[in-house]
Amino acid sequence: MTDPTGPELQAFRLQVRSWLERNAPPPPPFKLPDSFMEVGTDEQFAYLQAWQGKVYAAGYLGMSWPAEYGGGGKAPIYQHVVNAEMARAHVPFMVNVIGLFWAGPTILKLGTEAQKQLYIPKILSGEEIWCQGFSEPENGSDLAGAQMTARRDGAEYVLNGTKIWTSLGMYAAHMILLARTDKGGPSKYHGLSYFLAPMRVPHVTTLPIRKMTGEHGFTETRFEDARVPASCLLGAEGEGWATAMTTLAFERGSEGGQAGGLSMVPLRVAQVIEVARQCQRDGAPALEDPLVRDQLVQLLIEERGLDLGPPRVRHPALAGPRPFAVPVMSKLCHSELRRRLCAFAVSLQGSNASLYVGDPDAYSDGDWQRGYMNAFSATIGGGTSQIQLNILGERVLGLPKG
Amino acid sequence: MNPTIAPASVEIAFSEEEAMLAQSAYELLGKRSDLASVRRWLQSESGYDPALYAELAELGWLGVAVPAEHGGAGLGVSALTAVVEAMGKQLFASPFLASTLAAQALLAGGSAAQREQWLPQLVRGQAIGSVALYEPGGSFALAAFDAHALRTAGGFRLHGQKTLALDAQHADFVLIAAQLQGVPALFLATRAQLTGRLRRETLIDERRRSARIALDGLELPAEALLVTGDGGEDASAATAHVQRCGYLLLAAEMAGGAEGVLGLTVEYLKTRVQFGRAIGSYQALKHPMVEIMCALEQGRSLLYHAATVFSGADSQREIALRMAKAQLADTYSYAADRSIQFHGAIGFTYECHSQLYFRHAQWCQATFGDSRHHRRALAQLLWPPVTPGSPGTPR
Repeated sequence: MTDPTGPELQAFRLQVRSWLERNAPPPPPFKLPDSFMEVGTDEQFAYLQAWQGKVYAAGYLGMSWPAEYGGGGKAPIYQHVVNAEMARAHVPFMVNVIGLFWAGPTILKLGTEAQKQLYIPKILSGEEIWCQGFSEPENGSDLAGAQMTARRDGAEYVLNGTKIWTSLGMYAAHMILLARTDKGGPSKYHGLSYFLAPMRVPHVTTLPIRKMTGEHGFTETRFEDARVPASCLLGAEGEGWATAMTTLAFERGSEGGQAGGLSMVPLRVAQVIEVARQCQRDGAPALEDPLVRDQLVQLLIEERGLDLGPPRVRHPALAGPRPFAVPVMSKLCHSELRRRLCAFAVSLQGSNASLYVGDPDAYSDGDWQRGYMNAFSATIGGGTSQIQLNILGERVLGLPKG
Repeated sequence: MNPTIAPASVEIAFSEEEAMLAQSAYELLGKRSDLASVRRWLQSESGYDPALYAELAELGWLGVAVPAEHGGAGLGVSALTAVVEAMGKQLFASPFLASTLAAQALLAGGSAAQREQWLPQLVRGQAIGSVALYEPGGSFALAAFDAHALRTAGGFRLHGQKTLALDAQHADFVLIAAQLQGVPALFLATRAQLTGRLRRETLIDERRRSARIALDGLELPAEALLVTGDGGEDASAATAHVQRCGYLLLAAEMAGGAEGVLGLTVEYLKTRVQFGRAIGSYQALKHPMVEIMCALEQGRSLLYHAATVFSGADSQREIALRMAKAQLADTYSYAADRSIQFHGAIGFTYECHSQLYFRHAQWCQATFGDSRHHRRALAQLLWPPVTPGSPGTPR
């Protein structure tokens, strides 16, 4: 696997660009979600699943994953080019995010040969959607406190307990799931096991939960004596905590190896500048208001500073005394910036800021208002921003645990 | 046409040569400029260690950005970024910044005679140069300056006051910004010509030295004017170049200073125990430290991007430089502010090292444009004001 040269890559870029021009799906007659956490209707799901299938069939997904499991077996740079072109073309995101970005890389890293063959190809094609069963009603940030149990019974495990905030729970074929196989361990981190659990087996029920926006987007998932094959255990029994940490590193982007494609609709400051151009404040575009201009400049500086992090730390001499700071802070900084961008875009609308999705006079159909609410899914999910601050303080700055 | 905010094609470049230079700077200054020696030298009249400065000259640091024909290495100003970052981290004070700016002004607008006379001496550390930009009004905008030069039979007569001329007391020459027929120009005045006109200023950063200069009636010969072009009168290019160098080097100095004060505070939070726990375990202290770290990481990325595009297209370069200066000024100011607070009562004492960084951060914020100045300039660059009633102008 050698890195392609500049001209080779440029030719590839043009090929992708032309494919996207010809194959980008036409806008649907319904509103599309901005992320996989917002898929709330069957028609949204079907549209996105078909798009992922088309991209994979064209060879533009999982380009750096091993060919023997359905990947492209190419240098990661090819997928980076595709991702950039997708962002440029504003095409929809890949719906199977948990499979492509979190579960898949974990299985490729730690799974058995049989598991890789069984799961990876259908993660890529989108035929099998994945969801995540880490949080429980009583255990959110305290992930290791999971109470769900898994009892070995012959060639099966018997699962009992409840998982919650399951994005795509209604559509998933499999769940990456943490359950306690041993309660007698020396600490809560011992005795957890990591399963690639099937969702479509008896005694697994999904109950939709309404988000603050009023829409559906995730479920509560109940396991009541649900039997799953022992072959879906990932890694050794009782050592699921370390596996879960591996998944979280992929989820937060602090480790590379994801299949690629867009994981959500990207949000850039340029879009908020456009809002400031269009919205009038006191008879003039908001973009002429000195306070608005200053805030936009601050947001641009922040965005540029984050964009430049990965290219800087690629130079070992410029990585500085904390080489892991840039990858580990990525989830915190990007999710918080997105939340503030949405809030600011709403604030630019003056009295119209109070209009919401569905009102014919709402600015941009109320997208920013709803986007602001949905932005919390990323500042809370995957470890809240406050937990991220603890992780960064303790693991990167070396401050003592509380 | 508005400048776009698209990223440059090469976002961040850093050569082997620059990496080696940076490493040697951290090694030498780590040994020779610890905080005890910083405190010792700030009490001296000159404010710096001449023996160490001579060593820097021997190592070639003073000539990094000066072309080979004048005795330097010809790497360009951007190659100084990491060196100056190391200086900031170690709070190393010397006429390095003043002399570098003076050398750059001469390179941008000096006559052949001025360059031949001064550049080799600056490179060897045998002469010190200074630049006088600011004025008592406190403005950062060159166009707002009052000092001006009038043509006389023999050259120029200058009027007005300059402030904050770095290391001017021990400088062999000072480049003075003054309006010449409405254009900000630079004039070279030697130590002899400035006799009796300097007053040492008292700075918040006690490591620094600067002077106020009374210009009224200062007579300078015709060859004192720095101009660019073949006998042309474009005197503004040299001042603009000096300013850009100032943005970059100040940003580098602040990145280093912020790193230094972050390290000092983190170390204290790990070791200071209250209520039976190291105080760094409290989230009220831990979380602001992480926020400072994240802001600093972004600032360093902006800094090395600005260094990378320093010799590139005008608008991209100016955006990059101002972003780096603005981000790092606020980050460093806040990091130093929190360092005082998180040290508790000891942080309020002269003995605590936090005050050294705090004072440095305040000085950096106020030198070569504070963060608000740069953000305002960025807004002007990105979204130029529209003349009312001009149809079709992009808004």
